[in-house]
Amino acid sequence: MAEVRLNGISKAFGATLAVDNVTMTTPDGAFVVLLGPTGAGKTTTLRLIAGLEQPDRGEIEIDGRSVADLTPAQRNVAMVFQQYSLYPHMTVRQNLAFPLRAPILNTPEPEIARKVAEVAETLRIAHKLDNKATALSGGEMQRVSIGRALVREPSIYLMDEPLSSLDAKLRSDLRIELKRIQASLGATLLYVTHDQIEAMTMATHVGVLDRGRLVQFGTPREIYENPVSLTVAGRLGLPRINALPADLFAGAPRAAHTIGLRPEHIQQGEGEPCEVVRIEHLGDQTRLHLRLAGHAIVTLTDIHTDLEPGATVAIRPRNALYFDAQGARVG
Amino acid sequence: MAEIVVRNLRKEFGDFTAVQSSTFTIEDGEFFMLLGPSGCGKTTTLRMIAGLELPSAGEILIDGEDCSQRPASQRDIAFVFQMFALYPHMNVRRNISYPLVSQGMPRRAVREKVAEVARILDIEDILERPVGGLSGGDRQRVALGRAIVRDPKCFLMDEPLGALDAEFRERMAEELRALHDRMGATTVYVTHDQLEAMQMGDKIVVMNHGVIEQFGKPQDIYDNPATLFVAEFIGSPSMNFLPFHGQREAGAREVALDGIPAGVPQLREAFEGDMIYGVRPEHIRLSDTAAYRGEIVASEYLGTTQIVSLITPNGPLKARIDAAQRAEAGEAVGLEFDGRTVTLFDQASGRALKTALNEGLGHG
Repeated sequence: MAEVRLNGISKAFGATLAVDNVTMTTPDGAFVVLLGPTGAGKTTTLRLIAGLEQPDRGEIEIDGRSVADLTPAQRNVAMVFQQYSLYPHMTVRQNLAFPLRAPILNTPEPEIARKVAEVAETLRIAHKLDNKATALSGGEMQRVSIGRALVREPSIYLMDEPLSSLDAKLRSDLRIELKRIQASLGATLLYVTHDQIEAMTMATHVGVLDRGRLVQFGTPREIYENPVSLTVAGRLGLPRINALPADLFAGAPRAAHTIGLRPEHIQQGEGEPCEVVRIEHLGDQTRLHLRLAGHAIVTLTDIHTDLEPGATVAIRPRNALYFDAQGARVG
Repeated sequence: MAEIVVRNLRKEFGDFTAVQSSTFTIEDGEFFMLLGPSGCGKTTTLRMIAGLELPSAGEILIDGEDCSQRPASQRDIAFVFQMFALYPHMNVRRNISYPLVSQGMPRRAVREKVAEVARILDIEDILERPVGGLSGGDRQRVALGRAIVRDPKCFLMDEPLGALDAEFRERMAEELRALHDRMGATTVYVTHDQLEAMQMGDKIVVMNHGVIEQFGKPQDIYDNPATLFVAEFIGSPSMNFLPFHGQREAGAREVALDGIPAGVPQLREAFEGDMIYGVRPEHIRLSDTAAYRGEIVASEYLGTTQIVSLITPNGPLKARIDAAQRAEAGEAVGLEFDGRTVTLFDQASGRALKTALNEGLGHG
């Protein structure tokens, strides 16, 4: 396993700057999630590391060595894509063995058998080894394609939204599974997603990308509790952070333009009176949609609240985040 | 505006029974969800309400009038599909105007009506644009516009947000619900997404294999699932199911899990045999002193809360606890269940046993 360093890499496609001067170090054994909306540069960053694209500027080092002159194969990275690409005419066993049969590796057969059995066990697909790839469910197919990455013992794993085509239940099972596998292998893993739940639950470090720039890098907790900008604050947390004019409540710092209030950071019972617009019962939480001076605010309330639309609730910020007119954090 | 009454509705396709015998009432102005996995009969039910399928048996009353055998065109409903079907060669205005023009409405009235709808949907600035270049969200708004513009008695929607990505779906769900609150039209909405159903619906019908498993308000269904299927389908992570064997009389307030007493709402019926102790993740506390023990397998950070996965003597379990609390994989911990919220199930039939908590609630 290896450390991955990006030093000021940029990549443009025509007039679009997809990756803009990104510097980031993925420590050995880390699970780094690149998070951002569509078009933020996540996938391009991953492809640059894999060697599927060449950077216009900057340098990429894997395990302390520049990989600028290395082909994707020589970089010894394993990539898993959103769409599982298995060989449909082969069994699960043959699919898993395939990467090891590459001429460049020249792996002895007993070694192949051992590796395949081991990976199948880890991914809990051992009982399906002799099934045709096409006879599997979506979740099993995706596990096999992850398995194909695992058999190779590459220096790093790169995964591009590997869970996004699966249903919710399977996704939540595989989140735990993937995290467990990564931890037990001590693997270095870079993972691209726009799903904040995946980022929060799996990552040791999250890199938030916005329009090609790395805007923050830290543990999920740091990013949730201490975002550097309004954009970052809006990327983590459900329901989303409320962004309101800073002067709506007393006590804002002078430079503040916007107050950011996470739904759980709104205290009810005193402060500014708001109108209840709607109550949303989600079972494990109840969301209160409020209106204050024309601004919509979402907060949480008692699960079995007897509030009705039209009622009045007074609210006050607690642990508010403040941002300036450009969206940078000021308090 | 309309009330829709469905009585003993049944639909067979050859040997396959898509809908067994559904009975429910959709009140005037309600946002009503038909929820279930694929193949459960929810879309067939919606298509029968629309008149796109004729029922094999049963009645559909719209505003008191039986229209179960009438074609769609005579029912005054508007249908919104998952795949927004727009006329690609027309601009936004002409797409929205089309239903009115084909009804022969005078030009001036059409113009006024379209302007009003465009204002409601906040698409006034794209009225003259061709639909080809629009974003997914704008296309869906135009499709909605075409449904709203006719002022139908009710809206029928078949997974209208299913094709959108997660982030955008959340926004459109809020928009749709806000639109409903402004217009107040009866809406019947099909989805397989339980969160969407909880979030938007006034009432939910949960279907499985052509049968209504439960019908009620979202929170009531969440708190008091009538069957194992409903309990597992609604809520994320799902309710935990701890199987055990036991015998209890009516009036009991606890059961034994692995020999350790665990609270339940007072039982209203006696039962002996295989049962399931159903407890939601947020009703479990980690406590050093509790006698019932589990081992932590993983924890997932979610900001304010975390989901802790454990192995217990009765199987795997997930608990939702405060993110600030320490929970390390490998650690053995005590578990406390909030017995007042627990649902007990008969393992064989999947039915919820009657307790002080769920008595009086209508089941399926």
